[in-house]
Amino acid sequence: MVWSVLAGTIAIPLAIAAASPLLAWRQPVYIAAGFAGIVGMALLLLQPLLAGGYLPGLGRRTGRRVHAWSGLLLLACIVLHVAGLWLTSPPDVIDALLFRSPTPFSAWGVIAMWALFAAAALVGLRQRFRVPPPYWRLGHTALVSVAVAGSVVHALLIEGTMGVVSKTALCALAIAATVKAVTDLRSYAVLTRRQP
Amino acid sequence: MPPFQANRRKLIIAGTAVAGTALATGVSGLFTPASAQDLAPTRSMRGGSNNYLPGAPIVDRIGGGGFWMTGTVRRAGDGVPLQGVRIQIWAHTTEGHERDPQSHGATLTGADGTFRLEMPQIVPAFGQPHGHLAYDSGDFQTVFLRPVMSSAEDKTLTADFVLQPA
Repeated sequence: MVWSVLAGTIAIPLAIAAASPLLAWRQPVYIAAGFAGIVGMALLLLQPLLAGGYLPGLGRRTGRRVHAWSGLLLLACIVLHVAGLWLTSPPDVIDALLFRSPTPFSAWGVIAMWALFAAAALVGLRQRFRVPPPYWRLGHTALVSVAVAGSVVHALLIEGTMGVVSKTALCALAIAATVKAVTDLRSYAVLTRRQP
Repeated sequence: MPPFQANRRKLIIAGTAVAGTALATGVSGLFTPASAQDLAPTRSMRGGSNNYLPGAPIVDRIGGGGFWMTGTVRRAGDGVPLQGVRIQIWAHTTEGHERDPQSHGATLTGADGTFRLEMPQIVPAFGQPHGHLAYDSGDFQTVFLRPVMSSAEDKTLTADFVLQPA
């Protein structure tokens, strides 16, 4: 049940985007960049489900391992998304990265990108610098929350290949899953713990 | 409105206010001279010059047409319509990307300061259905505009220039 809802939530937006008439007027690299963005949005829904161990058949332990790999996949999607758009129209992407784009969704996308890069970097650095788990979890959670919120605003403001309804549903579920995982895992515990 | 310029001059020479005329600029010029004298120049929009290819040829139509880019060109300060001004236009359309040379074309304003160029249907690209226009001919300061269509179904898009002498 959970798996089939998840599969539908991810497959339907991809199918609708694949049927978009806009694709006829786009080059392959632009199309690929767009789909990398959509897959990235889908992974933003998947990530908290894996971290929270909500997917049947995947315990929290296995879920965390898959979470790490799909996190790498998410990074790759973002790089492909930005690189593909850069090849399609360099000045528009440079404007976006420098926060001087005329389109507000660009800034949200770039904020989400940097938040996600930082969240991933924190994973790599926590062992080297022996960051205590409560603190690195708080940092990782805070950064991915910014990434999810920024990505959702980014996606909703864009008039592109995605269908409005399926895009909104995917975004709403990504936010709901993130809120649930953060609440259940008490990632913010370090903030509320009573001092001895 | 071809008689616009001549009428306005006559009115100014006569020094009389003619009520009920549809020539808005002329009317405001007579009743409130200060505001007409102060018509501010249009400032370039963010991202307006993206994928600009200088020297787009003057064409009757860009590609197969079906969509109209329209607008006006006036002089800053007094608001006089400017004739024979070259406006360059480009966009992501059903026939090409913004970077494709065939997506670019130019037209000249008429005696009333208006311009109108047929082009292929603009389609959403980089998140918004939008067009690009440039005044970049030297007599006035360069202006780049990037108007956004209120709907991707629109068949026209309008952009107005108020140019400051260079």
